[in-house]
Amino acid sequence: MNPLPRRAAVPSIALLLLLAACSSGKTEGPGKGTPVPDVPAYGDAIVEGSIGDVSGFLAAVTTDASSHEAAGYVFNGLVRYDKDLKLEGELAESWEISPDGKRITFHLRKGVMWHDGAPFTSEDVMFTYRRMIDPRTPTAYGEDFRQVKHATAPDPNTFVVEYARPFAPALASWGMHVLPKHLLEKYPDISKSPLNKKPVGTGPYRFVEWKTGEKVVFDASPDYFEGKPYIARVITRVIPDQATMFLELKSGGVDIMTLTPPQYVRQTETAEFRKSFNKYKFTASGYTYLGFRLSHPFFKDRRVRQAIAHATDKKALIDGVLLGLGQEATGPYKPGTWAFNPNVRKYPHDPSLSKALLAEAGWKEKDGALVKDGQPFEFTVLTNAGNEARAKTAAILQQNLAEVGVRMKIRTVEWAAFINEFIDKRKFDAVILGWNITPDPDQFDIWHSSKTGPKELNHVGFANPEVDRLLDQGRSTFDLEKRKRAYFRIQEILAEEQPYVFLYVPEALPVVHNRFHGIVPAPAGITHNFTKWYVPAALQKHRVQP
Amino acid sequence: MNDSRGIGPGFARRLLRNRLAAAGGAVILFFFLVSALPGLFASHDPNRIDIVNILRPPSEAHPLGTDDLGRDVLSRVVHGARVSLKVGFVAVGIATALGLLVGLLSGFYGGWVDAVLMRFVDMMLCFPTFFLILAVIAFLEPSIWNIMAVIGLTGWMGVARLVRAETLSLKERDFVAAARAQGAGDARIILRHVLPNTLAPILVAATLGVAGAILTESALSFLGIGVQPPTPSWGNILTAGKDNIEYAWWLSLFPGLAILVTVLGYNLLGEGIRDAADPRLKGR
Amino acid sequence: MLRYIGRRLLLTIPLLVGISLVSFLMMHMAPGGPIGAGTDLNPRATAESRARLKAYYGLDQPLHVQYGRWLGRMATLDFGDSFSPDGRPVAEKIKERIPITLTINVLSMGLIFLVAIPVGVVSAVRKGSLFDRISTVAVFTGFAIPTFWLALLMMILFGVELGWLPISGISSLDYESLGTLGKIADRGRHLVLPVLLAGFGGLAGMSRYMRSNMLEVIRQDYVATARAKGLPERTVVFRHAMRNALLPVITILGLSVPDLLGGSVIFETIFAIPGMGQLFYQGVMSRDYPLIMGILTIGAFLTLLGNLLADVGYALADPRIRQG
Repeated sequence: MNPLPRRAAVPSIALLLLLAACSSGKTEGPGKGTPVPDVPAYGDAIVEGSIGDVSGFLAAVTTDASSHEAAGYVFNGLVRYDKDLKLEGELAESWEISPDGKRITFHLRKGVMWHDGAPFTSEDVMFTYRRMIDPRTPTAYGEDFRQVKHATAPDPNTFVVEYARPFAPALASWGMHVLPKHLLEKYPDISKSPLNKKPVGTGPYRFVEWKTGEKVVFDASPDYFEGKPYIARVITRVIPDQATMFLELKSGGVDIMTLTPPQYVRQTETAEFRKSFNKYKFTASGYTYLGFRLSHPFFKDRRVRQAIAHATDKKALIDGVLLGLGQEATGPYKPGTWAFNPNVRKYPHDPSLSKALLAEAGWKEKDGALVKDGQPFEFTVLTNAGNEARAKTAAILQQNLAEVGVRMKIRTVEWAAFINEFIDKRKFDAVILGWNITPDPDQFDIWHSSKTGPKELNHVGFANPEVDRLLDQGRSTFDLEKRKRAYFRIQEILAEEQPYVFLYVPEALPVVHNRFHGIVPAPAGITHNFTKWYVPAALQKHRVQP
Repeated sequence: MNDSRGIGPGFARRLLRNRLAAAGGAVILFFFLVSALPGLFASHDPNRIDIVNILRPPSEAHPLGTDDLGRDVLSRVVHGARVSLKVGFVAVGIATALGLLVGLLSGFYGGWVDAVLMRFVDMMLCFPTFFLILAVIAFLEPSIWNIMAVIGLTGWMGVARLVRAETLSLKERDFVAAARAQGAGDARIILRHVLPNTLAPILVAATLGVAGAILTESALSFLGIGVQPPTPSWGNILTAGKDNIEYAWWLSLFPGLAILVTVLGYNLLGEGIRDAADPRLKGR
Repeated sequence: MLRYIGRRLLLTIPLLVGISLVSFLMMHMAPGGPIGAGTDLNPRATAESRARLKAYYGLDQPLHVQYGRWLGRMATLDFGDSFSPDGRPVAEKIKERIPITLTINVLSMGLIFLVAIPVGVVSAVRKGSLFDRISTVAVFTGFAIPTFWLALLMMILFGVELGWLPISGISSLDYESLGTLGKIADRGRHLVLPVLLAGFGGLAGMSRYMRSNMLEVIRQDYVATARAKGLPERTVVFRHAMRNALLPVITILGLSVPDLLGGSVIFETIFAIPGMGQLFYQGVMSRDYPLIMGILTIGAFLTLLGNLLADVGYALADPRIRQG
């Protein structure tokens, strides 16, 4: 997961006015007869519900979503993704890429301060880079930085990196949070430094306190370089149970959380609920798939994989698992993004076509089950325990396949064992899993034939020379058109080959208390302009002492 | 001296006269019937998914409603009875067998055998049982066999102590001395004289144990490491019920009720057996 | 008396060693690796990163070396560092969580004591009466209800519908700004439901036990004697019968520690209480070896403590042991 902070927006008074015009105009104040002016005001606090607790505030050395989200309030990277999922500058005002694609020169913002008052300079960026490749740093994200051949900081506001070859994902990798050199240089292992518990960054919010297992509190940073955030305080409450969190939302203990499809569809439709909350819906950056071990005798044959794709009723999956809140996935990219190819081969639900394909592959029907050379078509699909959506997906697939004579058994395994015993050792027939879709379309690690070693990510064993070439092409140029052509072709091949049956892309379903104004839904979601959210003075709930 | 305790003459009579215990017994028999002949009670395939009919309240077609994948709740509860009862019995069977073995050996032989075994029991009893079960099951996979084994292997200590106490007191009895004088070997004495007299407390412990095992299994399913869906168990139907509690009360009510009633039945029966087996308490 | 306690204490040492061995062996028989769910299936974490993490945690040493190291540190309550991404010392994490778990468990033991004892006594004294029958069924229903189900129902009733009690956590958001009395009241309100639920299961067992003990004692000769002497029934019940029936009950309270600790896993998760039970569950799910071994050992230690206290209490009450 790329630890990119998702908050902060393009500063501009014009934009502010635009936002004010777009939002509801006049709002009813509580209990007052006269309408309330909808003007951005400083103050109030927002309470987030989180399933998991933070494990540390230095994103480089944590891997869980809760920690990265929390870190995002306090730290910045050189770049970040804007509301349309395009890279824009954060700590870097601008950058240039050399014509040969091997050198990136970042021009850093001037006048940015760390929360303790010290100035931010290119030394901090250099320090961050050095620590990312340092073996003493227990980070999972060092690989991208090891591609750097040479890095220099010629002056306090410039940082230059050189790569051995043009490396397109490089730019995105500099979304990594920049660390304060003056506070961390004396700690050989940053995960053990006090900053991991009491962070000091350059971001829109300053850290106030962390009560482990309970909550994290941040206060707005008055001299944030994009302007002080309106919401004065952010509190993240740890509530490990989704049902409990929802009850808290309704009773006012939580202001913002992610809903499950049933909660979205069934529990939030009442007039009562709509009086106080706004729900949002946008395509999530992830997809769920059924992956085949391509060396398995049954799944070697492409027709079998295609047949299974035709046997899958994706609409039933979306209706049953997501209650309609999702769309069919046709490949490993997010619909609506620039790298997404909408014109690939599709696999509509067609049991008779499926049976025909299976017959072609040598499977004969006998008493409702498929048999070939005396062996019945039976296999076991694995998925990780504790994921309700995947469990339901498996159950529906089981029924779909039974219709065409394929007997699929379901086995759920606890995550750690799942990864170590089955995935890493390639001891599976098929799996139901999901991937996050990173904004940068480079998926080298998942599809390249060199990444099939144990513990590497191409666990189905996909090996296609043309795809290998295209993956390489895609990542070694910065030319968007060239990259797009490569990734489009990759999607065509993947659709034809079906190493996975791509199942669905769910919708993300956040819900926010409606006293928070200024929310702008966009492809990146709703939190891209978090620092510009506000509560009109008359509606503010919490009095925040600075 | 005649031992009037335990399962002797009049036991059945005393037991049946206890109305609560009789009610408990009736409930247990009912659920036995349900799990033995599911077809009698449920007309649908418990795993038949029907997306169109997700979360329908009780109706003629589905007397207990449907779940979050459109499956018939009645059928799932009926088939879940099998799972819950199976887990209960096998787990308790393991626990009782093990507890009997340890208790008999410990009580009969005494000495260092007793010391070692009882220290081992003490040590096992030091672990909060549920912690232990959680830890072991989470490392193995949550299959029904593992659950049964683990619940059984962590529940034998009480039986062992009980049996040991009984054995200790029985050991000194005349009829044991008499048997020994007649040349009976240890095994014979244990099996024919000691064991039958420990039956009463064991029966009580086992009955109550089944209740506990069913509750434990449902708790494990709640935490997501019990019987895995799509196989129905009362516990895992409740997990789905929990997430849908505000608008699908039938998903939570019926499996929870089933657990409640079954466990209650076993508890009442167990208590009844205890009261009936100890006639010293009768008559007041 | 002191010798009795001394002997009890000595017995706990081999128990502790046995406990540490069992928990250590168990953790290592587990098939999964402890590196953690985070790095797996992460497109940007590579095999080399993972190998480095493995060496970093010392998992490449032979088993007996690992155990030896662990045992030595256990003696100083140093359970090593948690495998979870925050890498903090296990002892520290447990220390933060223990107070709240202990508070809830102690309070629920108190609840059990206060409710179950009178119910048991009255049931015994009025055996066969309506009260006895109703309380039997009521108490047993409580014993038979799955606690998590009851927890959710109560949360909805008291938290959402009636709004009387908070739904989760142990303090309100504005806890810091309350006065001392306010803080106590706030904490109290948050603990009502958890304590009630924690004690629910124990109520049944305890009152049944009290009832059968009372029944035993009542039949005894000295009770008949007291009655024959013409003493009022009340004196007979309270002074003579109950005191003697009470002794085993104290022991049972001490012995209920492990069950209460085990139950804490469930209700701490439902009520989002940052206690040891919740920590244990998370540790188990992420294969956090040191954390699991640490909590299991602490749990066993607390159980031993409970047993010891129960034994001492018993010894104090029973004059036969007091002299010896």
